Amino acid sequence: MNSLINTSRPPVFCPGCSHERILHTLDKAFVQMGLDGNQVVIVSDIGCSGLFDTFFNTHAFHGLHGRALTYAMGLKMARPDLKVIVTMGDGGLGIGGAHVLSTCRRNIDLTLLILNNFNYGMTGGQCSSTTPQEAVVGSGFLNQLEKPVDICQLAAAAGAAFVTRTSSYASDLVDEMIAAISFDGFSVVDMWGMCPGRYTKRNKITPKSIDADLVKLPRFQGPVPENQRKEYGSGYRDVAAGLPTPARPAKIEARFQPPASGRQEVLILGSAGQRIVTAGEIFCLAGMTGGWHATLKNDYPITVLRGHSVSEMVLSPQPVDYTGIERPTVVVAIADEGVGRRKKMLARLGGGTLIIKAAGVTLPETGATVQEVDFKAQKIKAQDWALASLAVLARKDRVISMDMLKAALAVRFKKAILEAALELVDRVTD
Amino acid sequence: MALSFIEGNEAVALGALAAGCRFFAGYPITPATTVYNAMLKYLPPEGGVCLQGEDEIASIGYCLGASMAGNKVLTATSGPGISLYSEQISFAIGSEIPIVIVNVQRLGPSTGSATKGADGDIQFMRWGSSSGLPVIVLAPVDVADCYRLTVHAFNLAEQYRCPVFLASNKEIAMTRESVDLDAVELPDIITRKAADRDKPFLPFATSNDHTAPDFLPIGDPTLVRQTSSTHGVNGYITVDPDEIQAFQLRLEKKLKTHCDEFALFERDLDPQARTLVVAYGVTARAARVAVAASRAAGKPVSLLIPKTLWPVSERLIVDTAAAYDRVVVVEMNMGQYVREIQRLLPGKTVSFLGQMNGNLIKPEQIREVI
Repeated sequence: MNSLINTSRPPVFCPGCSHERILHTLDKAFVQMGLDGNQVVIVSDIGCSGLFDTFFNTHAFHGLHGRALTYAMGLKMARPDLKVIVTMGDGGLGIGGAHVLSTCRRNIDLTLLILNNFNYGMTGGQCSSTTPQEAVVGSGFLNQLEKPVDICQLAAAAGAAFVTRTSSYASDLVDEMIAAISFDGFSVVDMWGMCPGRYTKRNKITPKSIDADLVKLPRFQGPVPENQRKEYGSGYRDVAAGLPTPARPAKIEARFQPPASGRQEVLILGSAGQRIVTAGEIFCLAGMTGGWHATLKNDYPITVLRGHSVSEMVLSPQPVDYTGIERPTVVVAIADEGVGRRKKMLARLGGGTLIIKAAGVTLPETGATVQEVDFKAQKIKAQDWALASLAVLARKDRVISMDMLKAALAVRFKKAILEAALELVDRVTD
Repeated sequence: MALSFIEGNEAVALGALAAGCRFFAGYPITPATTVYNAMLKYLPPEGGVCLQGEDEIASIGYCLGASMAGNKVLTATSGPGISLYSEQISFAIGSEIPIVIVNVQRLGPSTGSATKGADGDIQFMRWGSSSGLPVIVLAPVDVADCYRLTVHAFNLAEQYRCPVFLASNKEIAMTRESVDLDAVELPDIITRKAADRDKPFLPFATSNDHTAPDFLPIGDPTLVRQTSSTHGVNGYITVDPDEIQAFQLRLEKKLKTHCDEFALFERDLDPQARTLVVAYGVTARAARVAVAASRAAGKPVSLLIPKTLWPVSERLIVDTAAAYDRVVVVEMNMGQYVREIQRLLPGKTVSFLGQMNGNLIKPEQIREVI
């Protein structure tokens, strides 16, 4: 096998930069693994490690600072057969920390090579997430106040299945790289090195001192026993293959003659837990069985289990343009929370509007025709009041008929729930 | 007539599937989340991929990776997410990575009101990336448009290799409507043009100065380079000012030269009218009602609904407005697209009606300014 080094673009690292050692070691790993250039993608981050893709005859993807793992994730999910290698410095590690942790949790088959030289080489030697507190760097005193991160412990804690901590000068570096690239899951290789352009000018560091520092730290070399599990992509495809094909949206046939003509605006004012949204949907489906067009808007707070729940429905023989409600034909008021959201509108209404009001609900002064229904006395639970109100309307042939309502229930519900709903709408009296 | 009852966001997902989308990634955000929900329901069982990113930056990053592997990709978010997408959008513009971005606009600024609609990102989508180079923005009016324009958005992204926004709005995205999707006329599906493998591949070479380069995916037998750095036709960094200028010019011209070809719009013109109403998105629906009411009351008025907002279809606007003394622009913001109309129609009276309070602009409000 031949080297994958791009001979037309010779490496341009500073003399003595450990990145160049890593570059040639990575090439050796490719050669020993028998990989062709078109089987490999190098996704490079920003900074000096971001030059890697240029120096290889492989597929290349060079993007934004810290985001290399995000592109690698998309590439690998789309093309699981490719060997995807991400090169990143300690800078990318810091700015892209969320992506590093997520990729560890996911265990997707990518190899992250961290070219860890303890500073931002390209921008002037500022401190990074791995700069020792005692180092002298381009960020003045700031690094003295921040503890460097141990990326290997962090990666293992986040679920990385393969973590190796080593020196860029390690004699077995090529074997470590091959092990990482061959591993079927996410592998992280933290390679400590020297930045002669910036860091080693003011901080004494040698291959020997790196070895001495590494010995003091928890050892990481290869698979992390407690994190062994299935690779994400193959797990994803296994699960997906077993999923049933979902049905496309149901089609509602027009089967009935609606009892009203012209645009009908209906409002349901309720509270969380009263199944307002479902009632709104059923009302619209009922309208559609009458050949009407329908729109449904829902308004509820982010606390979905508490507070108001309001549905606004428009039925019309023509497609609905404006979906707002100005002059409702019917208002269903079944909770004070909902009424509170539309007080101004309720006060404006005239006798042309019918308000179906549950007993116990307080309305503001209004000119609308109000009909009170005591659902409690009919032993109907509050969660069914919205549907029961639709039955009251259907019984009166107001906007929808009972045939339309029952047809809508049959579209929306199945089996026991359908039976219970049909029983309810038959039982309600006004 | 058999109608389905779906919201705009589900129609977007169905449009994406119709266009051949194979990859979705997004981060949950109201009111865009249900695009993600629908893609999660539909894509994996069909062998596609739907992912939830750890944040918005990751979500669009996954999409860019998958797009370069040859997939048609979709993401969906709202204003706060577009902010986080910004640098990745710049990348997609400069490195010509096809992607469709659904922006379900909500009331801002900032986190604003998650469940209230607005059209507050109209200039943001155009200018919210470094470089100022153009993007394509399509604005749906209703659920049927969410379906149809999503297919157009994919076609344009593939043809011009650029980000294409669908400028949706909570009021369309989360409003359920009866719609006959089978009756919606869809364009023929376009897929990015593959490069000729018999010739040496240059990832950014084009035959002229106003088209996108032919494509080969990362993972092809031929090696492919992609880079966010300023690059020459070979995909390597260039410092040659002439090459850089030609490249920037091509990114501008590839859209602006062709924008009349994809100027989507609706027009309802009355030959007696002296006033032209211009409205887009959900507001166009109130404008239709207002225009019909105005005519019924004996006051003729015309309506233009642009659906391709960016690049501005200058010829369409100038030609359409030529016959009118007065143009009324209505939008759910404090005055964004009206700037383009004013720019194009010097000498005409351009009135503006805007509202940004979380409510739809009412037909009556539009009638008052007509």
